[in-house]
Amino acid sequence: MALALKPNRLTPTTDIALAATTATLDLSGALYLAQADTLVVADLHLEKGSSFARRGQFLPPYDTRETLSALAEVIERFAPATVVALGDSFHDIGGPDRLDPADQATLARLRDGRRWVWVTGNHDRILPDHIGGEVCPEIAVSGLALRHEPTGAASEVAGHLHPVGKVVMRGRGVRRRCFITDGQRLVMPAFGAYTGGLNVCDEAFKPLFPKGFTAHLVGDGRLFAIGKAMLCRD
Amino acid sequence: MDAPHLDLPPADDLLPERFRRWFEGRGWTPRAHQLALLARARAGRSVLLVAPTGAGKTLAGFLPSLVDLSGRPASARKEARLHTLYISPLKALAVDVARNLEAPAAEMALPVRIETRTGDTPSHKRARQIERPPDILLTTPEQLALLLAHREARELFKDLRRVVLDELHALVTSKRGDLLSLGLARLRRLSPELATVGLSATVREPEALQRYLVSQHGTSPRERGEGFVGGPADEASPQGEGEGELGSMAGVEPPPHLRAAPRRSPRPPTGGDEALSPLAGRGAPLTADLVTVEGGARPVIRMLEPAKALPLAGHTAALSMPAIYGLIRQHKTTLVFVNTRLQAEYVFQALWDLNEDGLAIALHHGSLAAEQRRRVEAAMVAGTLRAVVCTATLDLGIDWGDVDLVVNVGAPKGASRLMQRIGRANHRLDEPSQAYLVPANRFEILECRAALDAVEAAAQDTPDARGGALDVLCQHVLGMACADAFDLADLYDEVRSAAPYAGLPYKDFEAAVDFVATGGYALRAYERFAKIVRGPDGLWRVRDARVAQQYRLNVGTIVESTMIKVRLARSNRARPGQVLPRGGRVLGEIEEYFAETLTPGDTFLFAGEVLAFQGIQEDEVLVTRAGAGTDPKIPSYAGGKFPLSSFLAERVRGLIADPFEWDRLPAQVSDWLLWQRRKSVLPGPRDLLVETFPRGGRHYLACFPFEGRLAHQTLGMLLTRRLERARLKPMGFVANDYGLAVWGHGDVTAKAGREAGFIDELFAEDMLGDDLEDWLAESALMKRTFRHCAVIAGLIERRYPGQEKTGRQVTMSTDLVYDVLRKHEPGHVLLRAARADAATGLLDVRRLGVMLARIQGRIIHKPLDRVSPLGVSVMLEIGRERVYGEGADDILAEAEAQLLEEALG
Repeated sequence: MALALKPNRLTPTTDIALAATTATLDLSGALYLAQADTLVVADLHLEKGSSFARRGQFLPPYDTRETLSALAEVIERFAPATVVALGDSFHDIGGPDRLDPADQATLARLRDGRRWVWVTGNHDRILPDHIGGEVCPEIAVSGLALRHEPTGAASEVAGHLHPVGKVVMRGRGVRRRCFITDGQRLVMPAFGAYTGGLNVCDEAFKPLFPKGFTAHLVGDGRLFAIGKAMLCRD
Repeated sequence: MDAPHLDLPPADDLLPERFRRWFEGRGWTPRAHQLALLARARAGRSVLLVAPTGAGKTLAGFLPSLVDLSGRPASARKEARLHTLYISPLKALAVDVARNLEAPAAEMALPVRIETRTGDTPSHKRARQIERPPDILLTTPEQLALLLAHREARELFKDLRRVVLDELHALVTSKRGDLLSLGLARLRRLSPELATVGLSATVREPEALQRYLVSQHGTSPRERGEGFVGGPADEASPQGEGEGELGSMAGVEPPPHLRAAPRRSPRPPTGGDEALSPLAGRGAPLTADLVTVEGGARPVIRMLEPAKALPLAGHTAALSMPAIYGLIRQHKTTLVFVNTRLQAEYVFQALWDLNEDGLAIALHHGSLAAEQRRRVEAAMVAGTLRAVVCTATLDLGIDWGDVDLVVNVGAPKGASRLMQRIGRANHRLDEPSQAYLVPANRFEILECRAALDAVEAAAQDTPDARGGALDVLCQHVLGMACADAFDLADLYDEVRSAAPYAGLPYKDFEAAVDFVATGGYALRAYERFAKIVRGPDGLWRVRDARVAQQYRLNVGTIVESTMIKVRLARSNRARPGQVLPRGGRVLGEIEEYFAETLTPGDTFLFAGEVLAFQGIQEDEVLVTRAGAGTDPKIPSYAGGKFPLSSFLAERVRGLIADPFEWDRLPAQVSDWLLWQRRKSVLPGPRDLLVETFPRGGRHYLACFPFEGRLAHQTLGMLLTRRLERARLKPMGFVANDYGLAVWGHGDVTAKAGREAGFIDELFAEDMLGDDLEDWLAESALMKRTFRHCAVIAGLIERRYPGQEKTGRQVTMSTDLVYDVLRKHEPGHVLLRAARADAATGLLDVRRLGVMLARIQGRIIHKPLDRVSPLGVSVMLEIGRERVYGEGADDILAEAEAQLLEEALG
């Protein structure tokens, strides 16, 4: 019998106009700003597994490894000059100290030879010095303000909300992480392996996008641009 | 009266004076099996009592306890020691039995305290029950697990004499049965003199239940389940004459070829560590004694044949509603059983459409609000109802009053289930139960015929004994650590004394303990957070009180599919077409997966009404009443809960293959089969017929394995993958209990013509290798199965103290956990537990495997110009049943296209 043909993943990206620049949305959930050669990832939530373990819930301890290997893949592909981690990079303040030596090494390797910016989030307001790279509450790149929590301001890229979109067709529901944007502002999907999501139809998104939005859902082989009318509540 | 040929002491000797007077006072004579149980109890034996409903089973189970307790000296009464524990699968049944037990106890003025303990028992009463236990405690498997994990368990159970297990046949086939078996093992350790009594309906293999009731200590996996016949040699009672070839042979002298087989030895087999173990019940047999009560009057079961020809598919039995209504009118109280909640809704509404006499016809299914169910139950007991349309929720043994007719709508799916349902009519042994089977389509006529034959032969198809689940074991290990410090080897011995775990390898036991301690991962990341730790004395203890509290909140093996409340919304007068959130009353609950498939405006049947779906608000489904005369748009049948049993499937295949049998079928069915033989082929009983044909620009493949809907769904998923690899571009498939149809762009007929052996290869057994693996990686059913195991084992908490975690959040995180675990540690104990479930549960992989092995070299491929008569019945499911096989990306691409249209339009 014929061998299976894997879907070709040559172009897992979508380019959109965002404020005054062009943004590349990547199938991995990362954002690439070509003008500034900057890669942005939101809500890594590293060490979420060990955070739960402290309370006696032993989720598989491979989430950090999984998240970092996905991050390595996308960094390798874009080879950006700058990486911005857009907040909640660690699930809790103790996270950086719980990093496994192997994961620490991976992180150091990824950071090597490029500028690395940790934007702080509500889960990681404070980051230890040994984490390496710059730490700041927000940063401006290509005329965009990059911060963790969205404010609804124009020219903003944020994370925090973990948006997911849901589509129901012919009795089948598909629920996926997504970017949502109205061309002026963008909320990014969570990048971490154990990060759940908030449906974009939730009230929390309404004040951010008063004029509606398009959601770019992360499919198996590519991104799909879905209009608000086709998105369902959970 | 079917007096067993027993060397029983006379009743006078077994029954004390006041019991004899009580029987006489009511004009009763103690029944033979009641006396048999008294005699067994006196000998300190454990017993399985197999009897039909109405045989006085419950009283028989309790008589030895009551006699024993009535004979205690007054001084002993003051001490308050738990004497008898009664376990039932249903909370309501425990309460019901307590009531029925209190009556004789009061009438005989017995100094016996009887209490129930369920989830509803107030906490002060629970605390008191531990301090000062009643003589008899009636409870459920989950409550027993909680009691056994209590610090006072040793003290509480040390004088326990008897355990009565009700509806044992229903308990042992599930994870609850596994949990209970482990609880029994602990009880036997705490009170070695303990005797058990199992009460059961007729089952195919009573030996399995007999083993369940007693310690299996010392058996090795190899020795279990090897064709033993019957229990101990002094078998108690004669067997019902109607026992068929698959029925129990207990009590009958084994045929010569089996006689040579080693009798189950009263002494543990040699080898191993028995001599060292405190549990080695030397002299104790490895099966409980068996007492069987004959089936009483044979039930009168008929098939309701509608005047008009039945459709080839569909499950609503619409044509038969007037006849069912007529039967209800002619009887005092009728139970109308259906297979699914949606069918129940349909039948209920159809009967009310016909109900010119305004008969009191009620609806009962598990999704209705509890309060509504209680009202129906109360009305039933009070005898004010003429009929109840119900699902499996009324399968079990509660006595709902004077039912004189059972109607089973749709196919029965299993012979034993049918018998148990029919037993619900007429709780008197000597009068025959009356029942009607109502097939809804022509396949169901075949299935009903097969079921009638099986009942005639008194053949049973209850499931096989199951191997103990690993996720349940994990839960139990934590519970035992909460109760007391444990030694690894001792606990392993104890666990293996439970029949489902008798063959448990040590490494699996170790893996379970490791899971409880730190998650059991190869990457030992969580050592410092361990929940149970090994002390310097070598004993394992729970780390702190918080862990014990976590255990208490997660106990039990029932993981409900996530349910969402259905609330009637008020329409917004100010803005027509909009609804106001909340406000209306809750109608009940529906499965989340069903709610997910609805889009606003969809109409469906629920709680006896046609409702319009308005949306999901937070954790509730908002609905409005649809206008009068609206037809529900969403199909009224979402597939049965139970797939067709292998046993009935075999009989159906036999019926189809043998034209001499067709005389016994209605003309509409034999004509249909003749037509099939003319247009295509009728497969032999072991063959698989595969038809390929074009239709409406697509190419179809239909096949008829008769292995039940679940196995067919799995087969459909796997076939679709293989067809895709063969570049035949499959688009989707539907499956029912009898067969499945796959369609796509590629011409399978042409492909099979070009490549000899293509069809054989398509159905090759290696389908269950890599293809299954690939599919399991993404299967929503597998993820659901994994979630159940994760909750039971305690990986995912059901709820935190003071914080209800919604099922929705749990679903999300377990899917992520599944993906990560599968990638990094495919051999993890929870993945193994999930795989074991997949073999028999939602994916029915084991049955598919048996089928694939059966049909190798027996596949008949028939290329056709058009759909065949058999094929029509499966094709008609398209549009009724959910269509599978469309990838997530296809769905998303279609949604995306809509955006483009908007942009262009």
